[in-house]
Parts: sequence; structure tokens; C-alpha cells
Amino acid sequence: MTETSVADYQDLIQSRRVIICCGTGGVGKTTTSAATAVAAAQAGKRAAVVTIDPAKRLADALGIAELDNTPRLIDGPWPGSLSALMLDTKSTFDEVVRRHAHDDAQAEKIIGNRFYRNVSGTLSGTQDYMAVEKLNELHDSGDYDLVVVDTPPTRDALAFLEAPKLLSRLLDNPIYRIVTAPNRGPFKVINTAAQQVLRQLARVVGATVVDEAVAFFQAFEGMEDGFRDRANATLELLGDDRTAFVLVASPRADTIDEARYFLRRLHRAELDASAVVVNRMLPQLSTTPERAAELVGALAGSAAGPAAQALADLTATATGDDLRVAELQDAAPDALTVRVPMLPDDVHDIDGLAEIARLLTKSRGGQTPA
Amino acid sequence: MDPGHFFASSRVLVVAGKGGVGKTVAAATIAAAASRCGLSVLLVEVAGRSAAAPMFGASPQGYEEAVLVHEAETNGIRHGEIRGKSITPDDALVEWLSSHGFNRLVKRMAKSGILEVIATATPGIKDLLVLGRIKALESEGAADLIVVDAPAAGHALGFLRSPSGVRDAARSGTIHRQAVEVLELIGDPERLQLILVTIAEETPINELIETSYAVEDEVGVKLGPVVVNSVLPRIEGLDRSVARAKVNKAERADLAEAAAFRASRTALQDEQLERLGSELPLPQIRMPQIFGTEIGPAEIELLAGEFIAGIEAL
Repeated sequence: MTETSVADYQDLIQSRRVIICCGTGGVGKTTTSAATAVAAAQAGKRAAVVTIDPAKRLADALGIAELDNTPRLIDGPWPGSLSALMLDTKSTFDEVVRRHAHDDAQAEKIIGNRFYRNVSGTLSGTQDYMAVEKLNELHDSGDYDLVVVDTPPTRDALAFLEAPKLLSRLLDNPIYRIVTAPNRGPFKVINTAAQQVLRQLARVVGATVVDEAVAFFQAFEGMEDGFRDRANATLELLGDDRTAFVLVASPRADTIDEARYFLRRLHRAELDASAVVVNRMLPQLSTTPERAAELVGALAGSAAGPAAQALADLTATATGDDLRVAELQDAAPDALTVRVPMLPDDVHDIDGLAEIARLLTKSRGGQTPA
Repeated sequence: MDPGHFFASSRVLVVAGKGGVGKTVAAATIAAAASRCGLSVLLVEVAGRSAAAPMFGASPQGYEEAVLVHEAETNGIRHGEIRGKSITPDDALVEWLSSHGFNRLVKRMAKSGILEVIATATPGIKDLLVLGRIKALESEGAADLIVVDAPAAGHALGFLRSPSGVRDAARSGTIHRQAVEVLELIGDPERLQLILVTIAEETPINELIETSYAVEDEVGVKLGPVVVNSVLPRIEGLDRSVARAKVNKAERADLAEAAAFRASRTALQDEQLERLGSELPLPQIRMPQIFGTEIGPAEIELLAGEFIAGIEAL
């Protein structure tokens, strides 16, 4: 474990160069990522945020309604700067291929291949792969003090951690080695066996599919080292002391289970979360659920009867939420826990993001914001 | 609508929704409601984990089928058996290959990464094979009703699109035939319906509307009623003053805050429900919010009753 714990969210923003917001879908991950970048801009940093599939109105507000590969500068009342982009997986992948190809002909041959289009468009993990690629690129550019990355909604933290290896793993495939070394002595024997496997595959998935895959691997010849080096560099960045993972969650039972699963996976990869942001917290009241239930009886029929019912419902749910957040804290004892109250409406403008940035940064040392 | 008639209208109900909307709770509720109508139910989870079993008080089931609720008669009503089963995409691929002449090779292929190449060369093959397993369960009559807890909404579209994708990518071979057969299942409203789940909030509703139109246009699947989870029951008179309640000062403040919070959440929810109704012409079944810590058998039983009432009201 190389992570050092942080005192508060401001400390996190000040001390890191990369913040990766992970977690399952539907917990406000994109909004938290964007608000983190806003907080950094407010702290005078040059911040960039890579968002993945933001809700339309948020994307409109950020001026990134179109898929794009270059960060757009967003004006706002802050001393630093804020840039944002909505990740375009396919064209980021094309850029990566062009960067590694020996010449244009090789690049075009790969980009035109159908197997490649499957890899760059639909292969699970590709979005994660391109998100880390983009992160690495923005980090390397030196144009930003902090790069915040939203991650695709997945229940598998490893999808992101293993993403950099996606292509190099594919290129480690025996099929690749076989089809790119057809006539060299030692490969001959394997080659015959491989041909058999390929023929059998063709019977199942059809010959065109197999031919396209073989053509893809052949087109990649000579590029594998470049991809492997890049993957290693990216993995190093993910494990760097100045890279932090922020787990975003909501107090609902199902998302807490997923969040704990995430923490375990991160921990196993020796990459602990520096902070856990729990969105959608209900108002914290001092009345206990038991007392609230008594009040329902005591105030029944009076003007305060309806309010007593609302209080009983609220405290019963909030108590369950508190229990689950405590479970999450147990699972990540060194992480800063930040509770963000449930907001009256979805965030779809800079003011809304600034409000979340304020809520994130006002908490101290894992204490509940007052 | 008569609930018995509703559950008899399709053999397979696919339940899908964005993360965090309580999709698994909805799938478990539907299974429990069908059981209460006397049907035997097979609840299939495809996300590679079994989140539904604890909701029936059973221990999580693995790949093997397990009984979650035994057939029983309570108050003169026969409850059908509920069984649970988990089908993971990876297992479906391995199983399919080994039953198609790759017996001895499959293990070696898994180790050498060839499986990954197959999956990449044929996007959607794993999803298709999961659907293929569901189709096989349907045709062998594994239960009166099969309820599928599908992947999260964005993925649900990909999940249901997979057969046509594979059919077009693999123009020959056994996988092509498999795709064609699954398409017949998906396109037949008497065999399969899609039930989309949401909560009454802006983003989940937007995604639900988008998914609805996309699946109808691109996949041609029949859409059943929309399930709206966690709907706050209306409390009348929240605007009345708590100033004269005989409680201490802190409690009075909490009463006022709880009433104001509930009123504002209810107003937002009503606005979203109305928008859902006007933008998506599908019947809605509203499930009440469960106030408490855990969803267990008692809560599922309560929700199943609400679901049946919702169907009756259609």
C-alpha cells in the first residue's frame, strides 16, 4: 500500500495530480468527478475532467454536449482553470493506433479492419482503456495540475485497473504469435495445431470472422512493444503516490454492497481508496427512529400528525443509511469519508457543481458536515 | 387486468433498469407476485452474482439451480415454487463451446486466451449465449414463468441487441443459427416481454425513456408496464404547523424539517412521474418506498401484493 491518507478533500485536491472516481452506475459519479475538478479550479489549480457519458443537461452546461477528444475550457468564477471533455472511445483508440503505427498505411489497415472495429467499439473494457489512455495523455501534456477521471459504470474495479493491458494481452495471444510468425522453424508444429483450431473456430463462428481476426493480428505486427511499454507506463501512473482513487457511492443497500466489493478489489490490487464520497445522504436529525415512532402515536390526529409520520419514515430510512455507511467505513478504515446530502434536484449547471464542490471540501477529517 | 392473465401472457419477463433503481428488488417482487398467482417461477440472474436469494431468506445460489421458495398453500392460496439460477456470460460461452465439438480444446483455449479472441471477434457472443440458455430453459418448460434480472439499462440494450449483432457478424456457422433462434424468442410477444424499472428521478427517467424507444425500434421487443420503484406514499397535511405539538424544541425542529423534506421530495417525484407518463405511453406500476434497513422476505411479500394490485388496476 503506497497511499497516504488525507486530512480532508481539500488536502486530496492539493496533494494529487490524478484523481480517479470509481463506483457503480447511478450514484452520481460523473457529477462528483466534475465537482472535484471545479473544487480544484477554485483552489487555483489548472484542472481537467474526463467525463464518460454525462447526463445530457450536465454535458450541455459544461459545453461538452458532443463527444470530443480535446478538453474544452470552461469559464467560471475561479482563480484556476477548468477544462472538460466527454470521452470519445472510438476516436481515442484510432489516435492511439496512429501514434504507435510505423506508417499511415499500417494505421489505416488496422482502423479499417472489422475485428479492430469490434475491439474499439464494443469490447468490454475498451471504454476504461481509453479513459486511462486519455488520462495518461492529459497528465503527460503538463498542461494540468490535476486530471480527474470519471470511470464507466461497471461493477468490476479491475476492468479499469486491467484496462491498460487490454490490447497487450490480446497481443500476447497465441493466435497473434502464430499468425505473425507463419514460417519460422520452431513455430511450424504449433502452426499446424493452430490451423486446426482456426478451422474449427470457423465452423462455429463463421470463416469471415476468423479471417478478419487473423488479418487484424497480422496488421499489428511490430507494434506490440509500443503498446506494452505504454501499458506499463499507464499502470505505473495508476499506482503512483500522487494518484488517488475516490470511491463514489450512495447509501442504498445494493450500491453499498457493490461499493464494498469495489474496495476489496482495489485493496487486492494494492490500490486503496483515499476517499469515499457518499452521495444522496438524507437529512441528519437527532430524533431516534424509536422516538419518532412514539410521536406518530402521540401526535396522531393533531396538526403535527402528518409531520410525525414523515419524521418516522425519514429516521427509519436514515438509520439504515447510517448503518450501511458505517459498514463502508469499516471496509476502508484509512479513507476519508465525505457525506453529500441529497439535493433537491439533479445538477445541471456550473452553480450546481460549485455547490457540490463546496459540500465536498467543507467536510473535515471524515466528520459529517454540519 | 387479471394478474393471472398478465403472468400467463409471456413465458419470459426480462427486468432491466439503470444501476441504483432497485432492479433486483423488482425482479424478486415480480417472481413473488407470480408465485402468489400459483405459477412456478425460475428467477435467472445474469450479472454473475446472486443478490436476489437473500431477499427470499435463502443463501446466495451459485451456478447451480436452487429452490428459493417452496411450493406452499397459505390461507387457501397456492403459492408456486420459486427457483433461482445464475448464468454468467463466461460460463455460457465455455458451456456452449464444449457442447459444440470443442470438448477437449475448451480448457486449453481458456488458458491460452483464444476464448477472448472469439469473444472479441464476435461482439455480443456471450450475451447471445446467455439468452440462448434462457431460450433453452423456456423451450424445455423449466417453469411457468422465467424472470430474468438483466444487466443494467445501458447494458440491457446491448444485451438484447446481441443476437442481431451476432447474426450479422457471423454469417454462417452454428452461432449464426443460435442468433436466429434467439431473435425469434425476443421478437415474439407471447414468449418474451421487457419490463423496465426506474425511480421517479430525472436522470433514471430520461434513461428509461431513451432505452424504451431504442429497444422498441432496434430490437422489436414487447415492452410491458414500467415499474417505478421507491415511490413515496403521499401524506396529506404536511403543511400544517407543528408549533403547538407537545414535544421538546429539538423534536419540533425535526418534525418541521422532516415534513418540509417529505413535501419537497413528493413534489419532485410527482413532477417526474407526470413527465414519465406524458413522454412514454406505457402503463406504470408504482412500488412504494420501503422505510427501513433491509429488504427481506416480509418486504418482498408486501411489494408483491402492491405489484398485483398495480396489475389489477391496469
